[in-house]
Amino acid sequence: MNMRMRREARILACTILVGLLVALGGCERPPVETLQGGYRGLGMTTLINPRTDSLKAAKNTVPQPIQAAPAEGPSASSVYQNVQVLKDLNVAQFTRVMVAITQWVAPPDQSCNYCHTSNMASDDRYTKVVARRMLQMVRHINSDWKDHVGATGVTCYTCHRGNAVPQYVWFTNPGESTATGLIAGNAGKNKPSATVGLTSLPYDSFTRLLLDGNTIRVISDAALPNGNRSSTKQTEGTYALMVHISGALGVNCTYCHNTRSFAVWDQSTPKRTTAWYGIRMTRDLNKGYLKPLTETFPAHRLGVLGDVAKVNCATCHQGVFKPLYGESMARDYPELQGEMHQSPPPAAAPESPPPTARLK
Amino acid sequence: MAEYQNIFTRVQIRAPAYAGVALPSGAWVRQGKGYFSHLLGRFGDAQVGPVYLGTTGLLSLICGFIAIEIIGLNMFASVHWNPVQFIRQLPWLALEPPAPSNGLHFPRLQDGGWWLMAGFFLTASLLLWWVRMYRRARALGLGTHTAWAFLSAIWLYLVLGIIRPVLMGSFGEGVPFGIFPHLDWVAAFSIRYGNLFYNPFHCLSIAFLYGSALLFAMHGGTILAVSRFGGDREIEQILDRGTATERAALFWRWTMGFNATMESIHRWAWWFAVLCPLVGGIGILLTGTVVDNWYLWAVKHGVAPVYPHVFPAVVDPATLPGAAK
Repeated sequence: MNMRMRREARILACTILVGLLVALGGCERPPVETLQGGYRGLGMTTLINPRTDSLKAAKNTVPQPIQAAPAEGPSASSVYQNVQVLKDLNVAQFTRVMVAITQWVAPPDQSCNYCHTSNMASDDRYTKVVARRMLQMVRHINSDWKDHVGATGVTCYTCHRGNAVPQYVWFTNPGESTATGLIAGNAGKNKPSATVGLTSLPYDSFTRLLLDGNTIRVISDAALPNGNRSSTKQTEGTYALMVHISGALGVNCTYCHNTRSFAVWDQSTPKRTTAWYGIRMTRDLNKGYLKPLTETFPAHRLGVLGDVAKVNCATCHQGVFKPLYGESMARDYPELQGEMHQSPPPAAAPESPPPTARLK
Repeated sequence: MAEYQNIFTRVQIRAPAYAGVALPSGAWVRQGKGYFSHLLGRFGDAQVGPVYLGTTGLLSLICGFIAIEIIGLNMFASVHWNPVQFIRQLPWLALEPPAPSNGLHFPRLQDGGWWLMAGFFLTASLLLWWVRMYRRARALGLGTHTAWAFLSAIWLYLVLGIIRPVLMGSFGEGVPFGIFPHLDWVAAFSIRYGNLFYNPFHCLSIAFLYGSALLFAMHGGTILAVSRFGGDREIEQILDRGTATERAALFWRWTMGFNATMESIHRWAWWFAVLCPLVGGIGILLTGTVVDNWYLWAVKHGVAPVYPHVFPAVVDPATLPGAAK
């Protein structure tokens, strides 16, 4: 009897041990350091794991800049045919941009041929038409969205990183059609989706909030009922977008918010303002630059609903609070800053690196 | 040789199964004769059964079964009837309430009708079980404390599932039936209403919840500690204090200056447990109906402290002239 009981006890102990190990399986391996952000005691901390950060840092390095082009020379449009966007560049600058795009975007085995036929001026390849629009988009971001990108700016590489299609793009996700006959639909949620950090939140908040531009704000700005009809379900959509931002930037909620009140601005960090412009920028790019390209792309580049690949925060940020840790590539490429009428603007002083950058 | 230990149960009593006191005439008979389970004996009484099912018990089980079937089969259908995916994704799967645009209409089955129906049968099941609990207590000549404690939990369930949604004018305010979905719903609910932690009834509910755990640990620990002096015979010791009671009382007077009694500790425990969902339900009921932003409510009433600013002033960019939409 005693032997049996001891054996049973041992089995029970082993089961508990295995159960604990399984439960711990989802945890991040230490060390995790915390960095205080807001006022003491508010828990506005940033979690830093030097081990995972070093992996991330290795993936987010800036390639060597191509040697700067001389400012003098015949204009590209006078030498080349069918130059529609980079008309303001001279031949050397124009060629420099082409070399850069080839390095940053075109698959190595196709190189120039990815966009060009033997007639360089031809628009026969859809990729060339897309590339032209993307060049306009980059200049638009660098000149009109300084509220978000600051003096750091963007280049093709910010999103593409050597891929013909940026790694992090999104398509409208209609979900699986489960609602056949009388079976209940899933309300666009309740799937283990990476876009919402494996929560059960709506897996496609992007279409509603980053393309259609529906209201993100759901919280009332008055204590008592005031006609705000935002529902809890709508809040789940907002929450899903915020989970995406958190994952795309590799930060906690407290990077932008004092979580005692997600809504109030005067207790938020200045980063929230940057993020606010970022959301507007994303909508602008999706609506103004990507959606109009839908007809240009071949079917295999489109989503299941025939929609074009679109951008969200992860497209540029790729898991880092500032794309490429805030290192400005655009500074080395005045050709991408906007139309070049005179000598390029002096490069702005680099911002002091945020605390996490020091740890990489 | 069996030994008595007061951390883990090592002793199991074996005697002829006890069928219970005679039932009043006209009632159902008890099912089964009762048997002994060694494993269950490690956690409680080794005797299992006989069970008294009764009309309400049977109806409750049927209604509960229907509710679980509606929820489970809809979940199963949502993974295309794939049993492997059903197990893998089960924590994420749910039966969702109707869309907010539906208001208080009875929607088509696939648009939330199943959710309403599952809610109806689950509610019927719980209420029938409550009646059964009340009547079993009465049949045994007991007080009905357990039934009222159970009703407190049912109250919170009803507030979340039907009373508040009706007051808000939308079944869509109900809670999804699902493991992660109902938890994510809770987080979204708190976000929508400006942080539930500033809801005073939520504060009270948490205090009673943690208080219940604390009282449970204190009471369980005390009784096990004095069981060597016969302290496990709590009910007798209410009226006839022995050395166990005296030592337990002295222990708490020494450590914190005050002690409950063998009787009052059970009132403490009962009230803490009952008040936890009772005040929680009040807090949910007021949310969205009477208060729309609990943080601002707390600021208005001087509850939320003000902290020094450590960042440059941040203003809502949407309020700036010429702001993007």
